[in-house]
Amino acid sequence: MSIVDTIRSAVAALAANKLRSSLTMLGIIIGVSAVITLMAVGQGSQKGVTERIQGLGSNLLFIRPGQSQASDVQSAVYGGQALTLVDEDAYAIDDPEQFPYVEGVAPQVDFEARLIAGGENTSTTVIGTTPGYQYVRDFYVARGQFISDDDITRKGLVAVLGHRVAQTLFGDADPIGKSVRLAVGPANMSLTFNFRVIGVMEPKGATATGDEDDLMFIPLPTMQARIPFLRHPQGLSNVFQISVKVSDRSDFDRAEREIAALLRERHNVANDDFEILTQSDVANLEAAETEISQTLWAAMAAIAGISLVVGGIGIMNIMLVSVTERIREIGIRKAVGATQGDILMQFLVEALMVTMAGGGIGVVLGVTLSTLADGRTILEQSVRAEVSAVAVILAFGVSAAIGLFFGIYPAYNASRLNPIEALHHE
Amino acid sequence: MVKLTDITKVYRAGDVPVPALRGINLGIQEGEFLAIMGPSGSGKSTLLNILGCLDKPTSGVYELDGVVVSALDEERLAVIRNHKVGFVFQSFNLLRRLPAVEQVELPLLYRRVSNRRRLALEALTDLGLGDRVAHRPTQLSGGEQQRVAIARCLVTNPSLILADEPTGALDTATGHDIMHIFQRLNAERGITIALVTHEREVAAYAHRTVHLQDGQIVSDEANSSPSRPPAAAEPSPGGDGGSEASTA
Repeated sequence: MSIVDTIRSAVAALAANKLRSSLTMLGIIIGVSAVITLMAVGQGSQKGVTERIQGLGSNLLFIRPGQSQASDVQSAVYGGQALTLVDEDAYAIDDPEQFPYVEGVAPQVDFEARLIAGGENTSTTVIGTTPGYQYVRDFYVARGQFISDDDITRKGLVAVLGHRVAQTLFGDADPIGKSVRLAVGPANMSLTFNFRVIGVMEPKGATATGDEDDLMFIPLPTMQARIPFLRHPQGLSNVFQISVKVSDRSDFDRAEREIAALLRERHNVANDDFEILTQSDVANLEAAETEISQTLWAAMAAIAGISLVVGGIGIMNIMLVSVTERIREIGIRKAVGATQGDILMQFLVEALMVTMAGGGIGVVLGVTLSTLADGRTILEQSVRAEVSAVAVILAFGVSAAIGLFFGIYPAYNASRLNPIEALHHE
Repeated sequence: MVKLTDITKVYRAGDVPVPALRGINLGIQEGEFLAIMGPSGSGKSTLLNILGCLDKPTSGVYELDGVVVSALDEERLAVIRNHKVGFVFQSFNLLRRLPAVEQVELPLLYRRVSNRRRLALEALTDLGLGDRVAHRPTQLSGGEQQRVAIARCLVTNPSLILADEPTGALDTATGHDIMHIFQRLNAERGITIALVTHEREVAAYAHRTVHLQDGQIVSDEANSSPSRPPAAAEPSPGGDGGSEASTA
């Protein structure tokens, strides 16, 4: 029998038992769609990590205060973070003569504050930094302008708003030129300052250092001058982190070594009171955090895979019933000249049709579910889902393989039936 | 065209061998119309199954159209059944789901013939079922179902039609209609027919009658004057033998 006729006859046989065929298919549909969706979420969370790390900018070194040799009081005030880095350190690193491979340097101080504008108010992270920040972190203003050198020297009361902060405070209105009140400290004794908005950042989303749309930038010297508890005991200006952009990845080791030497000399310490992290160090920290959730998704996909196997067993069960019910038919077909191969193919194709149709519907359902889940917050976790061609091919291929595997035994049984006994079967 | 030499068939019921055929020697000439008679258990159905390549003899040689089919494997036997043999059964053995025309196409499907539909319609029309082609077995009378089964044989142009009690499930008048069809196919097309029956009136249509008892041929007689059916009983093309009972 030709393959076209075999398929046509399989479709007719399945259509004759619609309810049974669709219930059998359901097992495969659920299995395939679950595998695709869970793989998509797993893949999405991995991609999210990659994007967040890339979102930091590229070829970055992060210098942070390390083991403190300063007083415990200071550590206590700044949440365990010692204040060993000062802005002068950053300016020293930003020296093309000494460090030709340094492309940009951005020192920063950040703290939590409340912002009030018009009737709206919101809590956000305020970052004091320098104009280099844009280039170093690959994060630019969308409207207006970023902090300029002039703002730095004037210690201007100017602010650049993150994308979401601007929306929260000003809605659709243009915030540029408007005034924002910044409040630090407990509500009853907070310090307040008025800042003029000069720019709004492009939307960026979450990176390894947090949600970059929920920020406000002000000039670093402004922050140090206005907010007394950020002042250094010796009158210097502390910073919490210095980001250094290096021109080429191959310069990382050298940069790390030479910058460390410079800081040791400047701080005049034997033991490093700072630490230098590369982007991949940050990536590793991040990866370790997400590894747990990824393992979880993989385990869930594996469970879905098991349900696919269970669906396959359902198919085998139904095919065995179907063969038993159709023994007479098999006898008739053999009597008119069907070979064992013809009968084998007939039942195998029926099993394959069920699994492949189920696989096809499952793929559509899985892709739809993944698309719906993408970008939503489910159980307080923001879900990223990315359907890959591999997952689709894998799930569909596995369902077809299951049809083949679980269909072959019933089909073989059917093909081996004795035609005379089959003809006289009641 | 058929030559059976020392054919035996032994079934096993558990450990006990049950002989069904004990040394059958039989030749059937091309164009013959042979009736095989005998009491139940005499081995006549077993003989027919061996003739139709549905079953293999335990020993002995079966030659069909010069081919020693007793030496062939299951796959080759299927091809022989498809090309050379047509079966008609007491219980019609049609597929429940399919309309008449697809029943008739079935053997051609396994032969990968391209103009199946036309050949099937021709065969059905030839048997007076031109207006029943889309009917399923449950919508057909017993006589009509048996004619569909005969059309299923004819469509392959078989050299041998084997009928196992073809009138057993039909009333007498319809039975005569069916027998007349066999007689006509034998006379007009020269198709060799072997028929198993236990009714004398049915066997009377054949040219030759073989009696079996306990797996052996006990008599082999020529019938010089086969029965003729009543002149009016032959179904006209497109018509329906009105007296048929629906026994499906």
